[in-house]
Parts: sequence; C-alpha cells; structure tokens
Amino acid sequence: MSATMDTESTYSGYSHYSGHSKKAHRQGSRDRHKSPRSKDGSRSEKSVTIQTPPAEPLLGNDASRTEEGQDDNWGETTTAITGTSEHSISQEDIARISKDLEDSVGLDCKRYLGLTVATVLGLLVFLTPIAFILLPQILWRDDLEPCGTVCEGLFISVAFKLVILLIGTWALFFRQPKADIPRVFVFRALLLVLIFLFVFSYWLFYGVRILDSKDTNYQGIVQYAVSLVDALLFIHYLAIVLLELRQLQPMFTVKVVRSTDGESRYYSLGHLSIQRAALVVLENYYKDFTVYNPTLLTASKSRAAKHMAGLKVYNVDGPGNNASGQSRAMIAAAARRRDSSHNELYYEEADHERRVKKRRARLVVAVEEAFTHIKRLQAEEQQKAPGEMMDPREAAQAIFPSMARALQKYLRTTRQQQYHSMESILQHLSFCITNNMTPKAFLERYLSPGPTLQYDRDRWFSKQWTLVSEEAVTSGLQDGTVFVLKCLDFSLVVNVKKIPFIKLSEEFIDPKSHKFVLHLQSETSV
Amino acid sequence: MSYVPGQPVTAVVQRIEIHKLRQGDNLILGFSIGGGIDQDPAQNPFSEDKTDKGIYVTRVTEGGPAEVAGLQIGDKIMQVNGWDMTMVTHDQARKRLTKRNEEVVRLLVTRQSLQKAVQQSMMS
Repeated sequence: MSATMDTESTYSGYSHYSGHSKKAHRQGSRDRHKSPRSKDGSRSEKSVTIQTPPAEPLLGNDASRTEEGQDDNWGETTTAITGTSEHSISQEDIARISKDLEDSVGLDCKRYLGLTVATVLGLLVFLTPIAFILLPQILWRDDLEPCGTVCEGLFISVAFKLVILLIGTWALFFRQPKADIPRVFVFRALLLVLIFLFVFSYWLFYGVRILDSKDTNYQGIVQYAVSLVDALLFIHYLAIVLLELRQLQPMFTVKVVRSTDGESRYYSLGHLSIQRAALVVLENYYKDFTVYNPTLLTASKSRAAKHMAGLKVYNVDGPGNNASGQSRAMIAAAARRRDSSHNELYYEEADHERRVKKRRARLVVAVEEAFTHIKRLQAEEQQKAPGEMMDPREAAQAIFPSMARALQKYLRTTRQQQYHSMESILQHLSFCITNNMTPKAFLERYLSPGPTLQYDRDRWFSKQWTLVSEEAVTSGLQDGTVFVLKCLDFSLVVNVKKIPFIKLSEEFIDPKSHKFVLHLQSETSV
Repeated sequence: MSYVPGQPVTAVVQRIEIHKLRQGDNLILGFSIGGGIDQDPAQNPFSEDKTDKGIYVTRVTEGGPAEVAGLQIGDKIMQVNGWDMTMVTHDQARKRLTKRNEEVVRLLVTRQSLQKAVQQSMMS
C-alpha cells in the first residue's frame, strides 16, 4: 500500500493542510527527491486528484475512503497538479530554479566582502614598516644622520621578521573557506579591528612626529619600524591563540541525535561559539552517521497512521470549543482501546531479520564463488596467455552477472537499492579486483549502510543546513545549550553538556608493602 | 580457652586414653584433626575464640577407637602423651599422634560443656 503513497504524492509538498491532518505534512515533498524508478513501475508519476476545500471531514467521505490506504484524510487535504505538457514547467522545476537563484546571489557577496577587506588590510600592514623605513630616505635624504652598522643590522632583522610574518600569515589565514556561517566570525573580526587600530595609531604617530618635523635621527626611525614589526608578530601570536589553540582543549561533550531515527553520537568540543560548534558537528555528521534513508521510516509511519485512523473525533459544538478537551478525549479513548500492534511489530521484525540473514548468506556465497573465477596473472605468465587477458573493468563485467541477482535481492530487502546503481557496483568491483581485495572487502560496502560521504551527492538529502537556536549563534557554548541543525528532511538536535570537574587525588603504595599470607585449613585424619 | 600472651593457659580438661587400632600396616586412632599455628584460625567452626590456633577434633569415625574412648567432635586437644598441643603446627600435631611405636595415646582434651559443668557445680 505504501507504494501508492510514494508515487501519488509527488507533488503534494505544495498542498494546503487542513487543521486536522497531521499526516499530510509528513508525506510532504520529501518524495520529490525519489527517483521515478520506483517499485511500482506501471504507474505514472503524474496523477489527477480532486481538490477539496480544507473543511472539517464529514462522515460520508471517511466511510468511503477507509480502504484507500493508511492516510484517511488524504483525499481532502492534498492537491496535485495535472501532468505537464511540453510547454509548462512542473512545480519541481520552479522550486529548483528559485533555490538556485537564492544560492548564488546573497551569500557569495558576504563571503567575498570579508575576504577583500582582510586582504587589503593585510597588504597595508605588510607594507607599513617598509614605508616607515623608506619614506625618510626618499623625502629628506640629505638631512639624515648617517648610521652605519647599527642600521644595517636593524634592516636585516626587519627583513627576516617580515618574512616570518608573511609565512605565518599564509599558513594561518590563507585557507580555503570550507563553510558559510550565518554570522560574522567574532574573533577574526576582533583581530582585524585590533590590527587596524594599531597600525592606524602607528601611522598617526609617525605622521605627526616624524614626517611633519622631519626628524633626522634615522636610527630612531628604523627602531620605530622594528618595534612595529615586533608588535605585529605578537598580534600574530595572539591570533594563533585565539583562533586555533583556545578551542583545542575539550570542555564540552556534545550529543547529536538525528530526529528521524534516533541515531546518536557524542563529540568532544572546546570553547567554541554555537556556529562553529555547528560546523564541527556537521563535518562529523557526514562521516559518522549512516546515510539518511527515508524508505526505512515507512514502517513506523504506517503504524502511527493506523493508530490515528482508529479514532475519529467530531466537532459537534461548532467552532469555539476547547481543543484541549478534544485531544484529552482522544488519548483516553486510545488508552482504553485494546490493540495488538506490538504483536505485529514483533513478528514483523523477526521475520524481516530472518529474511535479511538468508539473503545475506546467499549473497556472500555467490560473491565468494564469483571471485574464485578471477586470478591475477603474474608478470611472466602474461606473455604466455595473451589472448585471455582482461583489464580489471572487463574482469568485473565478466563475473558480475553471477552475483548480480543475489546482490540485487539483498539490496532490495535492506532497502538500499536506490543508493547503488549498476554502474557504481561495476566500478567498485573493478576497484576491488585491482587492489586484490577479498570478497568480504568487496561486500563491506553493501552489507550495511555506510556514512553519507560514501554515496553519490545526489542521494544525500542533506546539503543545505539551517541553524536554529534560541541564543545568539555567536555566543559561546554553555552547559545545557540546545540547538537544532535543520535540513529539509530531518534535523539534528544537539545537546551540550559540560565535562565535569574531575578531582584527582593520589595514593602512594610502597612496592615493598605487597606482602601476602597463606590461609590454610587442612584436616588430617589420624 | 583463649590464649592471653604472658599468662598460663587454664582450662578444664578431660583425660582420654585411646588404644590405637591396627589396620594393615597402620595404627589408626579414628578421628581427624584441624588447626595449628600455621593454619587460619578464622575458618575453625568449633573454636569459641576465632584467634585460637589450637588443635581441634573435626571428625570422629563411628565405632573407631576415639569414639569408644569418649572423644567428641569439637574437642580441643591440649596435650598428647605429655606433649603440649596448644602451640604446634598442624604437621607436628599429626606426628605426635601417629608415632609408630606407641600403641596408646593419652590425651587431655577440653570442651565448653566441661567448663559449664564445673561452673554449675561450683554455684550449686
């Protein structure tokens, strides 16, 4: 029954919902991402349904629709757009275009603005000491006191310090930005402001005291430039400490739970702002969490639907009644009703496990057998049998048919078939053959769902994230902070806990104090 | 019956004379002993004071010479043929009881019921 839901509700993401139906929301537009290559191949994905106004459900409608599927209110609350002709575009295309537009314009501007400001400031700062040293030489060369060895020594030190500063700045700051964060990065902004003020004040002093008065003590001027470079190196040190070192020491443990299936992980973080912590969590999400598979959730949804479908609540008092009384009545009725859904769940799960195990056994045997047909030729054997030699791709294509069916059946049972196309399987097979992997190594990718990074980008369901937080996202993490990372289909709930203060005390044990006695109690008969 | 260091041990004792029974090549007395200064006194089920490291009778075979002579289970052996048994190791005690050239052993044993009987008779 669920197959019908999958295909017919392709366009239901843009329907309007009545006050009652909570179920239509969950069908939503998630299935928009599902490929047209669904299980039910005969149905077309464009269907026509009746659009009804969002009114309270009447008795007559429900009775006729109970056999239609789990979602009884489906007919009243979802709308669908008729099939597309060549000249119109479907809802999907509209959504895609609008998303692309919004992606390209707004965020890039912000990113590049920050980058240009920083670059300009950096260049200015770098050229300032050189300017300090060169300007007197250019403007009033004849009046300057000669300063021989001391100045030359100072020139060398300035040069090397500038080189070190350059290398350090390149190492620290010139990195590919790996993410777009919503608010400005506080510490970076702070540092830029600090540098700007600092250099500005130095220029002010220089301009007033040296340029205007045409100071002739050249050694003093050069020492002034050296002091500027020293101070810049110290600011660079400050930057390292603030941006890199401070968050290294773990202070918080963060629990991340995925809202759809409850998969959870723990991570250790240091002092970070909420947005940076969100970045860390997302980076780890892609490699730690198994890939989000919407088809695995249909079972629990159908159970929930069946539960709701058993009870209908009718509003006989007209509008203006209390909703809370209604829901309480529903819950009480549900508690009293005897239902055996737990029984069904148990047997269904046991059955499913058995099936998966059986298919897995068949798959492993088929793959092992297929791999025995392939043998790597040694160098000298290659000359002997030139006709039969195959490169890895051909070898993969040769053994693939014998295991294809078992693999296909296994993927179907574990509902992973949409993540692996035949081309990708062949590619992986030739990769394994090239690298001398055993059948088990080949199967590792298919036997259980892996992290999101393993799969093709189109199958990810999670590329655009939104940070939902009650506190400002640039504020630091505190014990008990909760924020949510939402993407279209699911969300990650993040709970922050402080690592407890550990009191560690010592106890010294003298190695000579390890002494033992033998406690016997023997009985002898005389 | 407990041992107070520096004070002589006093106890009410019973004299028991056991005639050894010859069984093949061995002379047996018909009981088992436990305890000794090299053993763990806490595991002794018969002693009143769990630091008492004396030799106790742990089993008496039925119909054996010890039972005939009146030895009871739980008795503490104070002397064997004049040799002290309150401060001996388990093996020394065994040796003292199983000397091959002795046919008769005279034991001094004590038990709690003896002490109580004497007290009662003193009071009455």
